[in-house]
Amino acid sequence: MIDFQPVIVAFACSYCAYTAADMAGVQGFAYPEGVKIVQVPCSGKVDSLHILRALQKGADGVMVAGCLEGDCHFRNGNRRAAQRVRYVQALLEDVGIGGQRVLMANMSAGQGAVFAATASHFWETIRALGQNPAKLAASRAAA
Amino acid sequence: MITAVRKPMAEILGYAAQFDNILLLGCNECVTVCYAGGRKEVGILASALSLAFLKEGKKLAITEHTLERQCDPEFVEELAQTIEQYDAIFSMACGCGVQTLAGRYKDKPVFPMVNTQFMGASERQGVWAERCAGCGDCVLAYTGGICPVARCSKRIFNGPCGGSTKGKCEIDPGVDCAWQLIWDRLKALGRTDLYSQIMPAKDWRTAKDGGPRRIVREDLLS
Repeated sequence: MIDFQPVIVAFACSYCAYTAADMAGVQGFAYPEGVKIVQVPCSGKVDSLHILRALQKGADGVMVAGCLEGDCHFRNGNRRAAQRVRYVQALLEDVGIGGQRVLMANMSAGQGAVFAATASHFWETIRALGQNPAKLAASRAAA
Repeated sequence: MITAVRKPMAEILGYAAQFDNILLLGCNECVTVCYAGGRKEVGILASALSLAFLKEGKKLAITEHTLERQCDPEFVEELAQTIEQYDAIFSMACGCGVQTLAGRYKDKPVFPMVNTQFMGASERQGVWAERCAGCGDCVLAYTGGICPVARCSKRIFNGPCGGSTKGKCEIDPGVDCAWQLIWDRLKALGRTDLYSQIMPAKDWRTAKDGGPRRIVREDLLS
């Protein structure tokens, strides 16, 4: 399990977290390569279904990253994203997967260090949790 | 619309445990509007079920499909060619849809995925409230457009009762007293004379008390 390298799908708002991820690169703040960024126009665009499909297709964790509270470009998209993340976390608890596999994060466009630290910490958390059972089943079937 | 909420996952997982191959069937009507059983909710439940089974080292084949309406035979009929391949149908429609499926496909187990709630309206995004009890003899013309059957906790026709305080019902301070709402609206309409009239005892035979109800329209029969 020590070789387990989690794959994290990070839905990143183009107005903040996506730019923050870019800033992390420019400023030299590293984060694991297993963090795969999907640019979205607003974190409020991310639906519960997107999060669950990512997990169903083998992602070990999903991070939704939006603007700081009160700073959403579209007024309340980040608040809606947080509500959906809570809904999915509860659903994942109910089915035994665990809500810790999904994270809501907030940051501004200039916070490259925050993006790198949040992504790295979440990646480590998922690494400790172990592989997504969906991916485990797929690898067993292939073996 | 008819409102519904998804059943607890533990109950759904209990139903699913006995099958290998299911059809998870949504409905494009009321349950889509109240986010309980439309195409998106089918996807969410399919993903959750799939993950739950994989966690246990089992595999459940789930086919996702959504019908235009599950309470109409003509739409339910479209499953006839493919239904045999499934062990069971997991329906995300209201009780009407589940029963239409069960009536058409008599040898196929059908399970409800939602708990059907009430006929309601949307108050705001994410909030639905009961507005009609389907009593079969509408009195909204006399009550300012506010239903004493659906919205008064006691269903009284000459209210309010003694449990009304500052416009709220005694069962919960978050529940409006229907008769306060009726009075306020009749006053706004200049029709408080309607309030003064004593309403006769309601004949509940037009409601559920008369047994299961049917509507037969001779002009539409084929």
